[in-house]
Amino acid sequence: MSKDNRKKIRESLAKRNRSERHFQWFGKLGVILGLAAVVLLFVDIISKGSGAFRATYIQLEIEYDPDAIGVLDVNDTEELIFANWQNFAKKSLRDLFPEVTKRGEKRKLNNLVSEGAGFDFRDQLTQSPNLWGTKETLWILADDDIDTYYKSWLDDDPFSARLTSEQIKWIDQLHSKGLIALKFNTKFFERGDSREPEQAGIKGALIGSFFTLVLTLLMSFPMGVTAAIYLEEFAPKNKWTDLIEVNINNLAAVPSIIFGLLGLAIFINFFGIPRSIPVLGAIVLALMTLPTIIITSRAAIKSVPPSIREAALGVGASKFQTTLHHVLPLSLPGMLTGAIIGMARALGETAPLLMIGMVAFIVDIPGGFTDPATVLPVQIFLWIDSPERAFVEKTSAAIIILLSFLMVMNFIAVYLRKRLERRW
Amino acid sequence: MQTSTLVLFLFVIAVFAFYSSQNRSISIAGKLGGIRKLSSLPSYYGTYSVLLTLVPVLLFISLWISLDQLVIERLVVEKIPKEYVPLNTSDYQLMINKIMSISGGIIKNDSVPSWQLDAAVRMRQLSVISQWSITCLSIFMASILVYWGFRRVSENFNARPVVETIMERMLLASACIAIFTTIGIIFSVLFESIQFFRKVPLFDFIFGLEWSPQTAIREDQVGSSGSFGAVPLFVGTILISLVAMVIAVPIGLMSAIYLAEYANTSVRAFAKPTLEILAGIPTVVYGFFAAITVAPVLRDFGESVGLDIASESALAAGAVMGIMIIPFISSIADDVISAVPQSMRDGSLAMGATHSETVKRVVIPAALPGIVGGILLAISRAIGETMIVVMAAGLAANLSINPLDAVTTVTVQIVTLLTGDQEFDSAKTLAAFALGLMLFVVTLMLNIFALQIVKKYREQYE
Amino acid sequence: MSNSKLSQSISTDGADPKISEQVLDVEKDLLSMESYSTIGNNLVEDAKMSVRNVNVFYGDKQAIFDVHMDIKKNEVIAMIGPSGCGKSTFLRTLNRMNDTIDSCVVSGEVTMDGENLYDPKLDVVELRARVGMVFQKPNPFPKSIFENVAYGPRLHGLADSKVDLDELVENSLKKAGLWEEAKDRLHQPGTGLSGGQQQRLCIARAIAVEPEVILMDEPCSALDPIATARIEELIEELSQNFTIAIVTHSMQQAARVSHRTAYFHLGKLIEVNPTETVFTMPEHKLTEAYITGRFG
Repeated sequence: MSKDNRKKIRESLAKRNRSERHFQWFGKLGVILGLAAVVLLFVDIISKGSGAFRATYIQLEIEYDPDAIGVLDVNDTEELIFANWQNFAKKSLRDLFPEVTKRGEKRKLNNLVSEGAGFDFRDQLTQSPNLWGTKETLWILADDDIDTYYKSWLDDDPFSARLTSEQIKWIDQLHSKGLIALKFNTKFFERGDSREPEQAGIKGALIGSFFTLVLTLLMSFPMGVTAAIYLEEFAPKNKWTDLIEVNINNLAAVPSIIFGLLGLAIFINFFGIPRSIPVLGAIVLALMTLPTIIITSRAAIKSVPPSIREAALGVGASKFQTTLHHVLPLSLPGMLTGAIIGMARALGETAPLLMIGMVAFIVDIPGGFTDPATVLPVQIFLWIDSPERAFVEKTSAAIIILLSFLMVMNFIAVYLRKRLERRW
Repeated sequence: MQTSTLVLFLFVIAVFAFYSSQNRSISIAGKLGGIRKLSSLPSYYGTYSVLLTLVPVLLFISLWISLDQLVIERLVVEKIPKEYVPLNTSDYQLMINKIMSISGGIIKNDSVPSWQLDAAVRMRQLSVISQWSITCLSIFMASILVYWGFRRVSENFNARPVVETIMERMLLASACIAIFTTIGIIFSVLFESIQFFRKVPLFDFIFGLEWSPQTAIREDQVGSSGSFGAVPLFVGTILISLVAMVIAVPIGLMSAIYLAEYANTSVRAFAKPTLEILAGIPTVVYGFFAAITVAPVLRDFGESVGLDIASESALAAGAVMGIMIIPFISSIADDVISAVPQSMRDGSLAMGATHSETVKRVVIPAALPGIVGGILLAISRAIGETMIVVMAAGLAANLSINPLDAVTTVTVQIVTLLTGDQEFDSAKTLAAFALGLMLFVVTLMLNIFALQIVKKYREQYE
Repeated sequence: MSNSKLSQSISTDGADPKISEQVLDVEKDLLSMESYSTIGNNLVEDAKMSVRNVNVFYGDKQAIFDVHMDIKKNEVIAMIGPSGCGKSTFLRTLNRMNDTIDSCVVSGEVTMDGENLYDPKLDVVELRARVGMVFQKPNPFPKSIFENVAYGPRLHGLADSKVDLDELVENSLKKAGLWEEAKDRLHQPGTGLSGGQQQRLCIARAIAVEPEVILMDEPCSALDPIATARIEELIEELSQNFTIAIVTHSMQQAARVSHRTAYFHLGKLIEVNPTETVFTMPEHKLTEAYITGRFG
């Protein structure tokens, strides 16, 4: 190499090495930003939602006196239905703060406990009527505004916008007497949706998601696996097969909302399937996850070496027997992994379900595949739309639960892949 | 019998069919001197019987179920006095629903007009008849078929090829579901869209600058013709997708390059799956993040520096969408970069190129088709993304290219137009399908194009 | 290497079993030896590159053991040996291509014109510009023929103008014997050429930066005999201006193109001698066994 050229190279080195460092630095920055997004997302959701697993309760002494709720005959069911059950809590509160006499103040005082408390009393007394006339000390769920305030107050950052100064004073007093406390929020896991944030739970959505997902799996897994087997093992190489292939690859990338339109136009309007039911949700989600399952199943079948097939065919097994006895069992772990990943996607999917009416406000917990239901992600969407501040917390908590389910599913998929998948 | 019970019962019959045929074949074989004398294994005779029974009967049942509602409806409406039958489709549907509710006992029958009550009673009778006939017919059919299958078992009848052919046909049917889905999608968006374009000219839809889909509920309302110019939606969609790409492409690409080219195994083993977590997070969670966290932070930041950032700005929705797309781009880019043969890198390094020069001048150009394909797929994803924009973008159709403004997108409008109370034939709901058609066509073209590029690229290095 | 593998690598087909056993014994000795010395004239007076005490490890596996060797200016030196003997690894230590493999560690000293190549202060970019390399499989970049050759000069800023660059590319292609075939399609992709042409393109690319040494790692193993013959002619022409170290699998090739031959066995440099000597009267038993075809 000439002296001249060496000099040129030497001279260029500083600049080139600098640009090398910059490039690496950009790469690191890309990774760091990506990871930061993950951390930010999780920290944000967990910090917002962890509070919802505990709720504010107020300890009250309840006297089950029929007079208090205007019931004359405790055996008259009609009367019991229309009774003012909330009065048990109201009376107890008034006993606790006898100094409150003005009407407006009284109402504010009554607002300390949740509107839903009355229903609990009703359920309790319908179940065990021998409680009539007795006294019981109970922790009663507080109203959502009180809950929001009390939690933020404990964190030294009180959010009091929706409370009066009296209410704040009462909470102080309750606190000093130890009559107000945060306890594990069992209602959140036992209830369906509600307009009252403190009464709203995710059980309805969880059950709805469960029904929908089970049906989705039952439909898409067999269809996906059989389609994959056909395409890998039996399909002749021709235009039709190509068309099916192109179709599947495209369907995998079609926006999910389009599947919702399909469900609405074909299944609701044409076939007349009722809206909002898990069966319909499952059909839509199954069609949506089908391409994913076919693609992963085909990959699993492809990974079975041809020598296995040749060995089976060599001893006189038919093509079908070879597939059924050898290829299918060997590729099943891979297919299962694909199915779980597909199900995880279906569990988190929202948009197509909005189209088929699974966004209705449903209080009852669904009891079957044809009961109107909502699912977890749609519940999250509904709660975000609600104006009450307390719903933000509920939403985050529901998201935490949704994400935990997804994580568990993904861990199972990873575990399956590691344990069962064979390397050839 | 309930349909589900019926199907269950048919499966029991199928189990019986399997064992009876199998046992018959075994006993025939016993007389002839062993199973090897049979043309097929005993289980194939059993399977043959099962398929012979189940396939036709189940097809029959599903055909019946999909048609019986329509037939019953016809028969019921026939008997309703003409003056009560509305001509308007939506009112007609309402009437049918009401009659169904009465016959199902959902509406108490003391306060309804007598003609409705009569219709409901008739509907109930017809449903019961339908239910009974299908039960009897299908069980009858099944019994004959079981017997037929049983009779066909003989040493000369080779059941295996028949069974395998039927099974293969069934596999083929499964594979065709993908095609039917596509056809279903095309039909569902196309038919409604054609109806829509009868009311609103295609030209006005694609090039119109104003979008306000509120049409009149009553004829005499003012200012309620509704205008369906979709340009603001297209611009809004493109704007938000653009913001998303501006965030996702550099971060996704750079992290893929770093992880594929520079990072050591332990960093890679940690960072790759962690980034992929982002791909597994449901879009509704991103929507929450955008609406509750990012948008207020951006707005407050804007206030503090004197910028007017809308609380439903394209920036917030786009940025969060970008985060969602990062793993999508990085994993595709990682794939294609890793597919570039090591010999290319060696060739460049051996010339005295630095690592970054090798990446920039050899690896990236070689991987470019794959990367471009990946980016196109990501764009198609951004365009079709729904939840983030439904939750974080605006509803009002502003024609703006300023990312700090609130804009709306195609998917947002589809959701808004189709959720809540609507009648099916109004221009409003039909517009949603027209938007769906646009969305489908655009994403389809992007996907086909991108998948083609990626496929060609893969073949090049295989 | 385990013993079972070792015996696999020795082909006994048609050979006298007694001699094979002897060879096996020698090989065992070689394995157990802590130190050994290379037979022949591995060190020379006017060395272009000198290799001293070089050991190469992949993780905890040692691939090269204590190699001492010189490469003379403007000579063609061939490295031969059974597969897995470390000849390619050794070649890659000469331009530090082993740096690209994470688990690879090199100890010892390699100098070129008295400069230590493994000096931490030395920039590997400059080194690789001075020591070019041609690989086993032709690896043209997916760019045009012109761009392929211009790649190095552009990187290092060797051409001051477009005219300079054109001239440089033309000269390199001429030296690589590709000009006549390529001059009309300079701007078509290099991947469109035939295998032999691609390899000559890679040689043109390497000489475009005027390196002092060219390393060739089995450059003909993927080519047909006619293309191989072209490359071999080319090597002879190039040896007037460049120092060439070539790893080859074919003993005939080594005999045809090289001035000296180095024989590697199990990571050890057994013998270095003028090519004629190696192929007519090898000094070491293993070398003899190899050139008479007892190892695969």
